[in-house]
This record gives sequence, structure tokens and C-alpha cells, in this order.
Amino acid sequence: MVPLPLFLPFAELEVGQHLYWHVGGFQIHGQVFLSSWLVIGALLALVVAGTRNLGRDPRGVQNLLEFIWAYLRDLAREQIGEKAYRDWLPFIGTLFLFIFVSNWGGALVPWKLIHLPSGELGAPTADINTTIALALLVSLAYFYAGLSRKGFRYFEYYVEPTPIMLPFKIVEDFTKPLSLSFRLFGNILADELVVAVLAFLVPLVVPLPAMFLGLFTSAIQALIFATLAAYYIGEAVHEEQH
Amino acid sequence: MTSWLLLAAAGAPEGGLFDLDATLPLMAVQVVLLTFILNALFFRPVGKTVEERESYISTSRAEAKQQLAQTERLETDLRQQLREARQQAQALIVDAEQEMDRLYRSALAAAQAEANASREAARREIDSQREQAENTLNGEADRLGDLIVTRLLAAQ
Repeated sequence: MVPLPLFLPFAELEVGQHLYWHVGGFQIHGQVFLSSWLVIGALLALVVAGTRNLGRDPRGVQNLLEFIWAYLRDLAREQIGEKAYRDWLPFIGTLFLFIFVSNWGGALVPWKLIHLPSGELGAPTADINTTIALALLVSLAYFYAGLSRKGFRYFEYYVEPTPIMLPFKIVEDFTKPLSLSFRLFGNILADELVVAVLAFLVPLVVPLPAMFLGLFTSAIQALIFATLAAYYIGEAVHEEQH
Repeated sequence: MTSWLLLAAAGAPEGGLFDLDATLPLMAVQVVLLTFILNALFFRPVGKTVEERESYISTSRAEAKQQLAQTERLETDLRQQLREARQQAQALIVDAEQEMDRLYRSALAAAQAEANASREAARREIDSQREQAENTLNGEADRLGDLIVTRLLAAQ
């Protein structure tokens, strides 16, 4: 299926083509898992290389890791608050790192060199399944955060400051994962398409600005996703000042 | 979603941008696993290292502050002692000068008194000797006058 009705010979872009694997009667997108394993492998390699000998005087990769850690801690602390951020730092941080490395991996790694029988490798976040999975995890996370911290008092949040807010807050529970997943998916897919179309039309030099813009967008999208996830969790654990 | 339903109906993968299938839950499981792995390998150890360093820095800064305060206290103490010592030395010098002055004056006064006394004694000596000499001369003159008178009378 090629959903872009252009007159150019667009079939080479292979939008919406997937490498199907069959696992226990279910179908999964093989190319997404292949690239996500590469992303996870890169992350784990970086982390293992940096934490092999942690010392009080940071050396080598430890500096980078501590910078990342401090950046993520500040992000989580700012959005979730001093009391609860420690519990959620790994989740927020993992979301950020996974999305960031996925996006940049999709933009920087020359996936075209690897030929698949069907579909093509790219950023795992350019697949709607991945982004919806991440967004639903965020939904589960903030429900769990609110319920575990406040018990059933969590649902007071739906009628604060007035009960008129109840329908809007309920709708919000659906729009939050929807907007999270589609924002990330749309941005990353659009970026890959723009670069691919430009590279297809003019193979030299011209796609470079779009590629740089794509790197910028990729980083911003990772930051937005992590920040919003942290903000939702922070909203759920926030204690009203009476 | 519709394409997923269609796929279920058709039984053959057709693809598409919004093709939802078992990738979704498996990816979610994968990300949760990654969260736990990164928590164990990255967030916990690095956080521990950074927080240990922060506490080390704050304790050593507190120690340094304490030592600095102690040093300042010692310094003011020593300054105080130095000032006191200077004042004592000054007082000693003043005392010594006054003592010397007093000794000088008393010695001078004694010397002057002695000089006056000896000059007075000498003058009294001179006076008495002069008086004695005058008496002697007067006596002699009287005797000579008497003699002259006697000789003159005898010659007539």
C-alpha cells in the first residue's frame, strides 16, 4: 500500500510496507524490532562502557553518563516535584533515551545499506505501534503513580477545582496518549519522508538542511515526550495545598 | 485499526501506516524491560555516585569552613596577643624613661647640693681666715702704732 498519491515513481520509498514476522499466531513488524534492538544495544553498550568503573573522579564516558543523568534528573524533578521524582526518574529517563536514540538512529544510521525482503529499517519511533505502546505506558504510569500515592483520593483530581471539569478530565485521559503517540509518530515519519523525498529528487547537498532540521526535531520530540510524561505523572501525584 | 480488522478478516498482511498488531504489546514489554535494565545499570549506580560525590563535597566544604573559622579565630587571638605585647613593651619603655629621668634628676640635685655645700664651706673658711688675718693685722697695726708713739715720746 502506497498512500501518497504522487506522480513520481514513489514505490522506492516503501511507505507502510512491513517485514512481517509470525510469532505464535500473531503478526509483528520485524523491521521495528530489528532497529529497536540496535537502539537498545547501543544504549546498553554506552551504559555498560560508562559504568564499568564508576569513581568519585569521573573519567571518560562516565562524564557523559553523569551529564545525561543530571539532565534527566532535572527534567523529572522539575515536572514531578521533589517528593516523588526519584521513583519515576528511571521511567522518564528510559523514555527519553529510547526515543532520542531511536530518532537519531533513524536519521543518522544508513539503514538503506541493509536490504530486507520487505519494508525497510528506520527509526522504531516512526512506527505507530511503538509510539502507541510508549504512550499507553505513560497512561498506565500516571494512573499507577496517582493511585499508589493517594489511593482512591486520586479521583478527587477529576472534580477539582469544580465538578464541571469531570467530563473534560475524563476526555483528557484519552487525548493524552492519543496526542503523545501521534505527535511523535507524525514528526518522525514526516522527517524521514521529507529527507527521503528530497534525497530522491536531488541526491546531493539539498537534503542536508532537512537532515539537520530532522536531527533538531528528533531531539525536541524526545524532550517533549519525556517532559509531557513527567508532567502527567507530576499532575497525578500532586497534592493539593489545603 | 480498520486495516488491522481487515487484516484479521483477510488473513494476509497488507501493511499500511496505521497497521496495529502484536508489535504494540511486545514493544511495551520491551520498553518496560529496558526501564528495569537501565535502572539497574545506569540510573541507580550513576545516581549513587553523583549523590556520594555531592555529599562528599558538602562535608569537605563544611570542614573547610570550620577550619577557616578556626584559623580566623586563632588569627584574631594572636593579633590581640600581639597588640597586648606591644602595649606592654610601650609601657615598659615609658616606665624606663621615667625612671631614668628621675634618677638623672635626683643625681643632678645631689651633685648640685654637694657643690653648693662645699662652696659654702670654702667661703666660710675664706671668711674666717680673712677675719683672722684682719684681726692679726689690726693687732699688729695697733702694736706698731703704740711702738711709734712710744719711740716718739721717748725721743723728746
